[in-house]
Amino acid sequence: MAKTTKKHGLITRIWHWLNLVCIVVLFMSGLNISNAHRYLYWGNYGFDPADAWLAVPRFPAWATIPDYYSLALARDWHNLMAWPFAIGMLVMWIAMIANGRFWRDLRTTRAEWKLKAIWHDIVEHAKLNFDHAQEPGGSKYNFLQKLAYGVVLGVFLPGMIFTGLAISPGFEPNAPWMVDLLGGRQSARSIHFIFSWGIFAFFVVHVLLVILSGPVKQISDMITGGRQ
Amino acid sequence: MSPSIGRRGLLAGMGMLFLGACSKVADTKIGGTLLDSAEKWHMGIHRSLASRMALAPEYDRSERSPTFRGNGSRTVDSGAYRAALANGFSDWRLEVRGLVDSPMSLSMENIRTLPQRTQITRHDCVEGWSAIGEWTGPQLSTLLDAVGVQDNAKFVVFRCADELSGRQYYESVDMVDAYHPQTIVAHILNGEALPEKNGAPLRMRIERQLGYKHPKYLTAIELVDSLDDIGEGEGGYWEDRSGYQWYAGI
Repeated sequence: MAKTTKKHGLITRIWHWLNLVCIVVLFMSGLNISNAHRYLYWGNYGFDPADAWLAVPRFPAWATIPDYYSLALARDWHNLMAWPFAIGMLVMWIAMIANGRFWRDLRTTRAEWKLKAIWHDIVEHAKLNFDHAQEPGGSKYNFLQKLAYGVVLGVFLPGMIFTGLAISPGFEPNAPWMVDLLGGRQSARSIHFIFSWGIFAFFVVHVLLVILSGPVKQISDMITGGRQ
Repeated sequence: MSPSIGRRGLLAGMGMLFLGACSKVADTKIGGTLLDSAEKWHMGIHRSLASRMALAPEYDRSERSPTFRGNGSRTVDSGAYRAALANGFSDWRLEVRGLVDSPMSLSMENIRTLPQRTQITRHDCVEGWSAIGEWTGPQLSTLLDAVGVQDNAKFVVFRCADELSGRQYYESVDMVDAYHPQTIVAHILNGEALPEKNGAPLRMRIERQLGYKHPKYLTAIELVDSLDDIGEGEGGYWEDRSGYQWYAGI
């Protein structure tokens, strides 16, 4: 089979849009769930607001799914969309490793971790100059992109799945080590919350950069595949 | 107006449409069915990954929370309950009935003389908080073996003395959780008689599920073949009233 010349592979494109739907529903239903007990703790237990490390603001109805307070319905949405989210993530990771895109596109090199090179990337971004030389067979992303995509794909998204599983008392007997590794159930819940805002921050920057770098072409490339 | 603003407007519009669609989807029959089946998939995978009798983690005494929060009903609003509390529940009865060969009515003394299990476990409320306490009581399986459960029994229904918003509290589990070794009828919390706010004199511990599955102020244990005719048919107080998941393992 001829090597694809598309900028974005088919699996990447399907996953990208499926994942967008999942993330939006999971995030907004998550805000509804957060309203049920707006305090976060470290360790295994925690119920007294006096012990909380963070009192979370109440999220307004317009930001939540459903758009009124319903812990039951929000949990229904959250637990349903967790399935396509987790399965999509798994498929995406298998595909990235199998087709070598993980190594080619996302791996950073030692040379890139130089302050001067990082500063150069930041300056170019600030100038809204998104053209960067791509070596043949090299990554299509610059260092900042690799770092952002790497952290989101490698830490935040899978981290949401693991911390989500760790909060579940029915899943826990299958892998109690997971809860221990995360420092206890309330720690897992706190990390779940922190990572969700990490994903939100990525989402904002990602959308902003798409808008600044020619949204029509960027979005149609993510639908049709575009050209390398 | 630049075309990108139009595109953005379109995207924003699509976003609104999508969010509106969420509530519409939930209202449709297929949408509702999908939301309900996700619950069954979770239960299926939880129970297939490891032994169905896999234990919830048990903690050391030093890991207990300083207190154990009382939530939901914190008492039973009746003269009979106040009187029972005053005389140390000496006349409290726990019935075991329904699809059983020999129904029983147990006194607190009967319950205390059965073989006991003590476990230090974490209680996770659906709201998100957790507390850790030491519970003691007979295993539900001991009671079930004593009454002789009939083959057609599929669920265990827990009847309670407390009312919330004018409705009687109740809960139910299937036979997997009923026979689970950590499913106990607790009458002691942290070495002392179960406090009023935590469900005195008796509450269930269903350790692999969320707090609302652990009914308090227990009066009867009933074996049934279907939940359809109990309450509004959803299997529990919160399930009937607010649409909470019957399987509360997530």
